[in-house]
Amino acid sequence: MTTQSSIYTPLINPKLMRKIGLFFLQILLSLLLITFLLPAIWMVSSSLKASTEVFAHPIVWIPESPQWKNYTRIFEILPFARFAWNTFVVTGLAVFGTIISSLMVGYSFARLNWPGKNIFFALMISTMFLPEIVTLIPRFMIFRELKWIDTFYPLIVPHWAAVNAVYIFLVVQFLRGIPVELEEAALIDGANRIQILLHILIPLSKPVIASIAVFSLLQHYNSFIEPLIFLRSMDNWTMALGIRALNDTNVQNWELVFAAGTMMVAPVLVLFIFAQRYFVQGIALTGFGGR
Amino acid sequence: MAAKNFSIPLVRRNRLRDWTAGYFFAAPFIIGFLAFYAFPMGYSLWMSFQKWDLLTPPKFVGLANFTKLLQDPIANLSLYNSFYYTVIAVPLQLIFAFALALALTQPLRFRDLYRGGFYMPILIPIVASAVVWQRVFHPEFGILNETLGWFGVEPKKWLFDPALAKPAFILMSFWMIGRMMVIFIAGLGNIPASLYEAASLDGAGPLERLRHITIPMMTPLIFYNMVIAIINSFQTFIPAQIITQGGPENATLFVVLNIYRQGFDYFNMGYAAALSWEFFVIILGFTVAQFYMSNRWVFYEQ
Repeated sequence: MTTQSSIYTPLINPKLMRKIGLFFLQILLSLLLITFLLPAIWMVSSSLKASTEVFAHPIVWIPESPQWKNYTRIFEILPFARFAWNTFVVTGLAVFGTIISSLMVGYSFARLNWPGKNIFFALMISTMFLPEIVTLIPRFMIFRELKWIDTFYPLIVPHWAAVNAVYIFLVVQFLRGIPVELEEAALIDGANRIQILLHILIPLSKPVIASIAVFSLLQHYNSFIEPLIFLRSMDNWTMALGIRALNDTNVQNWELVFAAGTMMVAPVLVLFIFAQRYFVQGIALTGFGGR
Repeated sequence: MAAKNFSIPLVRRNRLRDWTAGYFFAAPFIIGFLAFYAFPMGYSLWMSFQKWDLLTPPKFVGLANFTKLLQDPIANLSLYNSFYYTVIAVPLQLIFAFALALALTQPLRFRDLYRGGFYMPILIPIVASAVVWQRVFHPEFGILNETLGWFGVEPKKWLFDPALAKPAFILMSFWMIGRMMVIFIAGLGNIPASLYEAASLDGAGPLERLRHITIPMMTPLIFYNMVIAIINSFQTFIPAQIITQGGPENATLFVVLNIYRQGFDYFNMGYAAALSWEFFVIILGFTVAQFYMSNRWVFYEQ
């Protein structure tokens, strides 16, 4: 706001008006946020309810005695420890591959010159607009030929080949903002490209690596359709498939479904609290973020 | 990079080394693109001319899959459902996200907490959010009917009512506007304050500033969010797969769910490939049309 006095005399002091406006905005936003978060709050609260409380009218918001056994019960119904381990393995290996391959490819697009680079860059951007289902059906056929169905390979291998262009784009955008002088000096000193990437760019790129890590972690942890198509036996299921199965088989036991949901959300929320700035930065750099 | 006093052969050798390095570092993407995009797309095109149930060898049927999909009432219904969902959900999402971003760039207390709160649902795994919303909409024990009841609204059947199932999915989609909101917030922060100051000096009120400065300056991001949101909305199907299985009366049978079923439930692989190509062409057409029309309303700074 300017301190300039205006030409007309307002009836009410504009500063006071603005304060009152902000006050009402604050109240409105608070109400909206509570409404917005109600489903999540309800999920957590219901995960600790006794089965009679879940269906009580009016809604019970705070369970009388928290039923922690709901959480142990789901491990008895389905092998959720196994699902958690599978999710951990798949997510870990896919995220690791995404980071390495995106850094390599991003470096190549941002810093090196080679024939066909512009064409491949355009192709890379266009894959971001391609509906997943279009390649999913033929990919299934290919993995079937390779006897990869019901293994983790279809969920991991493509990500070592930088199939998610968003992350490459993130690296390219980031490197464009870093001056090249340092690398040129290192080249003149006789460093090769691998040394430059390892010893100069990767240390500088820590924030962008963190952004890739949090987003791809979220992507693979949340992934549903690919595990659904590529995994078969229960031994290989991820958490997402486990929750779906629990939801289908325990239609009446809402508290168990909510407990499983809460259990799956909790690690992500913890991650968000610690890594919030990498989320915001990743979105600011690419305009993408989340799904 | 090549200094002037370098002899030519050395420059050439350097360039060759550059190329090799370029291909080496780009190799993951080049291989990935060929193996997981280009080849599958070609393969899928070939599949779309076959009848293939995975049990017997594929049989060439010419354009049969494509003539079938044009007359298939279920396929056309799934297109209609996705159109309906997208056309209503996307504008509302944009307005809602933009309004939130405007509000959350004002000097409020605990602003970061609000921003984090509205972004939070993005983090919830889609399966978890689906099973929760399935119950939010439950006619008898869900919180939606309960809260609406406080305001005297009669309980509705939501996901069990063919007329309300799609609106329920649209309502659910508002839970995911955090991504758009964050992008808008970042954009609003980049509008030069000098523009607003100049407008204030000219006596422009808040609404005029919004109309003549904020919205024009934000059109590139509105456009960007719109393109991405349309693509995403057309692809919505996981909640439908988990919550309603396409029902009631196929009211939530979206395009991708229909393709998924044809492929992975009924094993009509050739037909599913043809459907996915139809879908691809539609999405491509929409995206190209949007870029074409963007000249008329998107404002780019010089």
